[in-house]
Amino acid sequence: MRPDELTSSSFATYPPEARVFATSNLTVFQQMPLPLVVILLREVIGYDWRFPAERTTLDDQYTWLRSLSAEDRERAVNGFAHLSITPQLTAQNWVEHPQQASENLSAYLWSSHQMDAFHQAAGDFAGSMQKAAPEKSPDIPRLCVIVFGRGVRAQDYPLFRKLRPHGVYFPDVEAAPDMQPILDTLATRAAAHPEPYQHWFIDGEAGDTTARKDHRVAEVSWSETTSLRAAILARMQQVIHSAQGGPEQLRTLLATTTPADVGLAFGKDEVLSRFKLTLLTEGSGTQIFSTTFAQWAAREALRRAQPSTLVVRFGARQRQLPMDELVAGVSNAVADPAGSLVDADMGAFYTWINQQRLSGAAQAKFIAWSQEHNQAIVLGAGLPRGTTAAGTMTLHQLLAL
Amino acid sequence: MGHGQLNPGRLTDSQRIADALVWNRREFLRKAAGVGAGSALLGFSPLRAMALPAGQKAIVVTFGGGARDEETFAPDGQENIPQMMKSLLPQATYFGRVENHGILGHYVATASLATGVYETFDNFAAVPPANPTVFEYFRKGLKRPAADTWVVAPSNGFNRIGESGHGRYGEGHGAGVILPKRLLKAAMSSGDHSQYAHLLRDNYEDPFYTPELAGNEVELRQLDEILRLSMAEFTRHALTLSSPDELSVYIARQLMKQVAPSLLWITLHDIDIAHSGAYSLYVEGIRRSDRLCAELWQAVQSNPEYSGKTTMFILPDFGRDSDFTVGGNGFQHHRTGDALSRTTWMTVLGPHVRQGTFVERPVSSLDLVPTLGALLGFQTPLANGKPLVEAI
Repeated sequence: MRPDELTSSSFATYPPEARVFATSNLTVFQQMPLPLVVILLREVIGYDWRFPAERTTLDDQYTWLRSLSAEDRERAVNGFAHLSITPQLTAQNWVEHPQQASENLSAYLWSSHQMDAFHQAAGDFAGSMQKAAPEKSPDIPRLCVIVFGRGVRAQDYPLFRKLRPHGVYFPDVEAAPDMQPILDTLATRAAAHPEPYQHWFIDGEAGDTTARKDHRVAEVSWSETTSLRAAILARMQQVIHSAQGGPEQLRTLLATTTPADVGLAFGKDEVLSRFKLTLLTEGSGTQIFSTTFAQWAAREALRRAQPSTLVVRFGARQRQLPMDELVAGVSNAVADPAGSLVDADMGAFYTWINQQRLSGAAQAKFIAWSQEHNQAIVLGAGLPRGTTAAGTMTLHQLLAL
Repeated sequence: MGHGQLNPGRLTDSQRIADALVWNRREFLRKAAGVGAGSALLGFSPLRAMALPAGQKAIVVTFGGGARDEETFAPDGQENIPQMMKSLLPQATYFGRVENHGILGHYVATASLATGVYETFDNFAAVPPANPTVFEYFRKGLKRPAADTWVVAPSNGFNRIGESGHGRYGEGHGAGVILPKRLLKAAMSSGDHSQYAHLLRDNYEDPFYTPELAGNEVELRQLDEILRLSMAEFTRHALTLSSPDELSVYIARQLMKQVAPSLLWITLHDIDIAHSGAYSLYVEGIRRSDRLCAELWQAVQSNPEYSGKTTMFILPDFGRDSDFTVGGNGFQHHRTGDALSRTTWMTVLGPHVRQGTFVERPVSSLDLVPTLGALLGFQTPLANGKPLVEAI
């Protein structure tokens, strides 16, 4: 099928809100080159389970696309129109399965040496869109706090090496028994600005299953996903032991995993439940290492929900084992404290980069604190870069900076 | 797509990144390894107009699972490659900008390195390269026996890399392929495997992706007839090793000792644990690869069959994504096709190689095969790329 052959009935299998959204933008899709339509539909098909920030972005995008003159539209999508694709790609069921179609498209673009052209086209398209519909600033300056929790430690490891050039390093933070001041700050901000999915706590620490039950805070934790991870790892093992599937089949299987496949009950919040599922089905290593889980969850929360407040705690991950044992969930009791610290340190750096990608970056504040080492770093507006603070600071003082 | 605002660095221009990258390498090398800055400005001419004398050998070491500048040649990365910096680079010609414009998957990229053509097959399919490999060119051009060229490869997926599916070359004309993990499994076909589990792990992205090869006969024959190792000796030594790459280098050294092939290709793969997202394990893999390369070079120097007549090429198959590329997740993958993931380096050591030399101009990863051909004196008619005059 070609995009200009799309009709309203093409989206009959879409979830309700996605169907309405796609149908109302039918003319937009009909006028786009196939590679772009596939990418756009991949986003649209999940509309029912998008966070508010994602819905706003999608709404703005399509308002802009609908407003374009034929000439402007052609200019905006020109790069995609020049990609050559095969009849097989056109013939696949890209309307009902845009995720699978985009993977096939990606593989073809690589093999035909068109991936650079695709990236260029995507960059140009996104640039035009952002210029026409700039993102709104957050209601309050964004705050991100990273905690390197108990058991995440190493001797002689220079903490925050990548972050130090961008902020103030605090080598002497008064020992704190727990992260309660940080959670209090999270709760205070959530109470003052209770928009849904604007305040998050991502907990990578194993064993802490304490339910904080603040309905204004979106919580994702390594511990609570234990049974979900086990179910997904079991599916991975099925592919592995079949000796017939490679990583591509594995990735496809994971990407097409439905909540029902892994016995996921949505509870009261289907949007958040589906988000947790995607962390484990779309992330690499998130099923195995808690540090990877925490970093990827933070990345995805920032990218998708664009929160005002994000607290991430890294816990000690299991040591490396042969991959088949890791996938089988064998012996995850032995921790790797030093490796976890290195992973968390890099995870903090990546979280800061991802926070900086969001609107209001210049006003945003970022704190990383090591509970074991009593050190911290703070980055943000008005704070000097590349400096080391003298004297002792408390966690409360760091949060108040 | 609304996720594109990036303040730190705003590194979006591929060319600028590649330029900065090679500049950083040059400055770093000049300071840390004593490589003269002027060397980059020198014109090069082949040091030997004629083909090498008989008996010349070449060893190629590739890292399947690229290593980025950040963790290697950038100032903060130097602590991860002490052997490269202190021991190998002062003796080497170093190419600071090797560009790979092919598919960034490890098997297909390694196959492309071995054919000198950007192969386009499915990275995860157990198929031979479509174009003739350097091993076939070598054997055909120099009329060498099968035992004179070997590949030591990390996992089952590489078992077809020794020879192509090309009609004029192909089956029976390429290199023998040894899969050390497969060898170890065959050697301990019964009994408790738990002591060896750390040597049998696959990288994160391709756990068990290829079907097990049928039977153990080939491996057991390789152990006995080629490597001259008893099963007991092999499994006993394996217990002293700590990773699959260590096992590969052990096998390579055994090959050098027993068979002394003229063209030996070793693909290391521990670094690719990066796909699991554990930065510490990725860096650990780099440090191990650095040490193993130095050990291999020492093995060359101490083996009379190799000493004084061996050129060794060390290169990652490609890089990994930049921390700042939208759509990637930094070191974890090589999916964006950004400049950092496509730009890497190559170190060449050998008796005829200029020492402490930095080559700044961009070269292609496809240049490896024609360079090997020019070095050892065989034609590579279907390979793309050009011989690197600085290395021959």
